[in-house]
Amino acid sequence: MTRVLMQGDQACAEGAIAAGCRFFAGYPITPATEIAEVMARRLPQVGGVFIQMEDEIASMSAVIGAAVGGAKAMTATSGPGFSLMQENIGYAAMAEIPCVIVDVQRVGPSTGQPTRPSQGDIMQARWGTHGDHPIIALCPASVRETFDLTVTAFNFAERYRTPVLLMMDEVIGHMREGIELPANETIERVEREKTLVPPEWYKPFENLPSDVPPLVPFGEGYRYHVTGLHHDERGYPTERPDEVNLWLERVNRKIERSLSHILLVKQDGVREADTLVISYGATARSARHAVEMARQRGRRVGFMQLQTLWPFPEEIVEEATGRIHRVVVPEMNLGQIALEVERIAGRSKVRRVNRADGEMIHPDDILSAIEGMR
Amino acid sequence: MPKAESRVHERYLRHSKKFPNVWCAGCGIGIVLHAIIRAVDKLGIDKDDIAMVSGIGCTGRMPVYVDFNTLHTTHGRALAFATGLKLVKPHMKILVVMGDGDAMAIGGNHFIHAARRNIGLTAIVVNNETYGMTGGQYSPTTPLNARATTAPYGNIEPPFHIAEMAAVAGASFVARSTVYHVTEMQRYIEQAILKDGFSLVEAISYCPTTFGRLNRLGAAPQMMRALKDNSMTVQQAEKLSDEEKKGKIIRGIFADRQDLQEYTRLYGEVIRRAKAGEVE
Repeated sequence: MTRVLMQGDQACAEGAIAAGCRFFAGYPITPATEIAEVMARRLPQVGGVFIQMEDEIASMSAVIGAAVGGAKAMTATSGPGFSLMQENIGYAAMAEIPCVIVDVQRVGPSTGQPTRPSQGDIMQARWGTHGDHPIIALCPASVRETFDLTVTAFNFAERYRTPVLLMMDEVIGHMREGIELPANETIERVEREKTLVPPEWYKPFENLPSDVPPLVPFGEGYRYHVTGLHHDERGYPTERPDEVNLWLERVNRKIERSLSHILLVKQDGVREADTLVISYGATARSARHAVEMARQRGRRVGFMQLQTLWPFPEEIVEEATGRIHRVVVPEMNLGQIALEVERIAGRSKVRRVNRADGEMIHPDDILSAIEGMR
Repeated sequence: MPKAESRVHERYLRHSKKFPNVWCAGCGIGIVLHAIIRAVDKLGIDKDDIAMVSGIGCTGRMPVYVDFNTLHTTHGRALAFATGLKLVKPHMKILVVMGDGDAMAIGGNHFIHAARRNIGLTAIVVNNETYGMTGGQYSPTTPLNARATTAPYGNIEPPFHIAEMAAVAGASFVARSTVYHVTEMQRYIEQAILKDGFSLVEAISYCPTTFGRLNRLGAAPQMMRALKDNSMTVQQAEKLSDEEKKGKIIRGIFADRQDLQEYTRLYGEVIRRAKAGEVE
């Protein structure tokens, strides 16, 4: 354990390196630039590669190229760049390429407010690229969580052979906190699974019992095809419904069957509560404060912080909200995760607390909602 | 007929599923693929050390047929994908095959920056002056006044000159040939693969199905003959006035620079300095 004063963006970069990330491609953008700056200095020190590409589309492309070459690879951006990356996030989903995409959210749409926090990209994280696909999105609420969840993001990417999104926000990215960093040898790292079969038997998209076929890096004797077209087990393009459906079912199943591992939710005081606050990211800090205030006033309030936003923790939320009278969902947007909570808990129970103007949500506003004043 | 095993391309194609190919009868793209295969075979490079990366379009379909490490990416992004791959596998020979729309319109930004960085990729752009797969729309290399389905009154945009643009952007090796001059093209591809730096071969082709029909240029044999009749070497062109060269295809080497350092080698030096603590 080392105690350090660290910024969220820096913790993201250091977490990535601790996880084994050895490739970063990015493009300058507020408030994510610091991640690129740290990576530019740190990656070559550990034998990795940093490159500043010509735009975010190229950055996401280079990340996939590097991942196909066997590297743990990452990019980091904010809303405008996240929009540009959607094209190849879809490619990574289609070709099942492990990689990590960090979105340090700022106010949108468009250029919006570059230096102000937002949680406006949550639905974009889920549905920003076209077509049906599973996705994992994690969301930290502190500098230490940023470090830890960046490591987790890489581990999920490798274990499930999928792109993983880390949804930070400007406050978490730019905030400095004194944190204890875990000792390097205590950090769990998942390495890419190796195939057990010789090249002539290898199928990069094989429907194995694990649902996660190993991805052999290019240049290691296993010559195969990768495409953004729908493809068969060998990676060759197909339009046969039986082959397309095998893929579609497998990539969704590989995430669904591991939900108990993927869904990270922190909660306390839920069992005895009649009111529940569900929050995430920087807003969870305001929400935590509001819950403490309400409890001091004698109210039975539960607190739930979602660290995994996608896939949405449906069963956990369903179980927690069953006996609850009121569910308060504060978020720095006009209601995105609230849509999911409403879908599960029912609209009548849910009280949204929203801001999308670049200001954080004040604990008093959440407290008012807890107390039924709004 | 020679036995199949004795024909060079038979040793490089994937016979298992993906034939016949998607290309129209008379298309020039297969000729480019054959030239690439013969170049690779002549240089004796191990298939495992070769990656072929492509974007979207008729030329984008090239990698699936050939037994290398093959990556069929998104429209215009082949060079950006290849950049990431090259940086983590610098020993690999990476062939990036693109069409004119793919490389010069949607991928134009990636094209000039890959050339500027001088990263060791071999770009091969098949220029058939149109978007063939989508049915004959005008591309950044469609000649002025030519017809396209999206230029029914004639194209009013002047075309890019791909080879010249690569040379100006900073590529180490740049050459242009045509699918008629196939042995010359193969020679340029060999030189491009051997070059330590960003190299480009522009392979002038034609599209009999869309561009040829729309512009009444005849079928594939007539379009092939036009490549022969309308082209000249750089040396021949030097003796002509601009007016005499108008509309002609100039073949030859446009850049072969010795003064540039390849990007992944430079980055290797960055790693050495960072590990030695020279920055901190």
